[in-house]
Amino acid sequence: MTSREAAARRRALLCVAPTLIALGALTVYPGIWVIWLSLQRRIPIFGVSRFAGLENYAFLAVDPRFWSAARTTAAFTLGSVALEVVLGVAAALAIQGQRRGRRLSISLLLLAWAMPAVVGAKLFEWLYHPAAGLINVVLGYPINWLGDPGVALPAVILADVWRTMPFVAVLCYARLLAIPDDVYEAAQVDGAGRLATLTRITLPLLGRILLLAVLFRTLDALRAFDIMFVLTGGGPAGTTETLTVYAYRALFQTLQLGFGSAVSVIVFALVMAVAWAYLRLLRAGTVAA
Amino acid sequence: MSARLRALADALVMLALAAYAIPFFWQLLTSFKPEAELLRVPPLLPSRLTLEHYRVVITQSLMPRALGNSLGIASLTTLLSLVAGVPAAYAVARLPLPGKRLLLLAIVASTAFPQIATVSPLYLLMRALELRDTWAGLILVHASFALPLTIWLLAGFIREIPIEAEEAAAVDGAGLIATFRWVLIPLLAPGLASTALLTFLFSWNEFLFAYTFTVSEASRTIPVALALFPGVFEVPWGDIAAASMLASLPPIVIVVALQRFLVQGLVAGAVKE
Repeated sequence: MTSREAAARRRALLCVAPTLIALGALTVYPGIWVIWLSLQRRIPIFGVSRFAGLENYAFLAVDPRFWSAARTTAAFTLGSVALEVVLGVAAALAIQGQRRGRRLSISLLLLAWAMPAVVGAKLFEWLYHPAAGLINVVLGYPINWLGDPGVALPAVILADVWRTMPFVAVLCYARLLAIPDDVYEAAQVDGAGRLATLTRITLPLLGRILLLAVLFRTLDALRAFDIMFVLTGGGPAGTTETLTVYAYRALFQTLQLGFGSAVSVIVFALVMAVAWAYLRLLRAGTVAA
Repeated sequence: MSARLRALADALVMLALAAYAIPFFWQLLTSFKPEAELLRVPPLLPSRLTLEHYRVVITQSLMPRALGNSLGIASLTTLLSLVAGVPAAYAVARLPLPGKRLLLLAIVASTAFPQIATVSPLYLLMRALELRDTWAGLILVHASFALPLTIWLLAGFIREIPIEAEEAAAVDGAGLIATFRWVLIPLLAPGLASTALLTFLFSWNEFLFAYTFTVSEASRTIPVALALFPGVFEVPWGDIAAASMLASLPPIVIVVALQRFLVQGLVAGAVKE
């Protein structure tokens, strides 16, 4: 290696050094520490702190509350992502079809996306108010949206979809803009109708960006916390308690540092497994295309 | 399609999107509604508008303090992650960095990192370093969490800049710092703006860490203050609505005034690889 190359490498390392230190200290190190914590029985208020091996995980395997939270997480993620994709694609197509006012349309959508999830939760808490909430006033029928175990999860999903669908819509809209006009003209020349153009050309071209949007949104939905924590706190009767909320409550409300960490580790593993599966799918798609 | 039909279709789309934003506008209206009319619906529209809720929130609640904390913490988080992120992104995009593939993999993996996974060790770390309830603690955590996306986005933007500009600077004898200052940063400005906006929004909106690591008004950010908004005997819906509007103010400004950069950043985050 010439001295010039060595100097370039030194320079490169110097450039990434602050990042490596920050990520090492505040992401990697805690990421390993949490696994260690999950193998302990630690309840600071009782002065309990000992190594417990896999006890916490063994307990989780037979913990009905854990399985209930896992089911809620799955239902929340599937419901939320499915609705976002359908509505997001529809919104993107609608805006693309507009001649005027596209910018305003995007603004109206992004308004929901850009605000804190806590604000979103407060907005919907008020909309869902049993007596004076806009939804019940319009329906003319008093539904206890956040208090009835039968409807609380759909209500939380709806609030989440409202705030996050614009992300899917904006990504799809940007992809639609990148499709050259002659693709559509060629389809028209070939006699393709509107429906055929949509299903044979537009949607397949959206495929890849949609897969990416679904990846990001699935990861976000799996680790969602703010919306249910503020809107329902996991209730009523635990029907909106996801794994993340369960982990948080174990950690900071019942102060079981070891047990809560074990639940966190499960969420961690789940998210990484889903991310890995999607990336494989994306890579397979690249080769096929 | 005739011009008339087109205009109608446009209007319908606009109407549908306006309807989509109703939850926001309803809260906006609520924030100006007299207290006595809040729970008396219908009628949906108030008899008069009042600034009373804003007066209460600004003079009697901790929201102004939280607003200041959030502005400071989000700005400094953005600054810190750009200061660390720009050189790192440059190294990833342009320099012969040993172990580059591994670093890129780590960066992609850490954008998927769930906050709940590290909140318990970080809590212990913050306590041990006495950084709980301080700006510094939250800024460090936010910046390190935002850093992978920052680097990812910036590396993409840097790759789009023609390398000839830097080579010309090198021929003229410019060092790394001078190349950054005079060549790279000016060309990178739109990308920097997009990245900064996304980082700022992340820190402004972040709840889990902020809720866990703050204890008092010394460092409580706006989402935390809003989540903990106190009600004495009944829920103060009007005050909460006013507080929500204050919490949404910077995001709204960004969406309306800086939309181009925001969309560019969002799209780049998904498409670049």
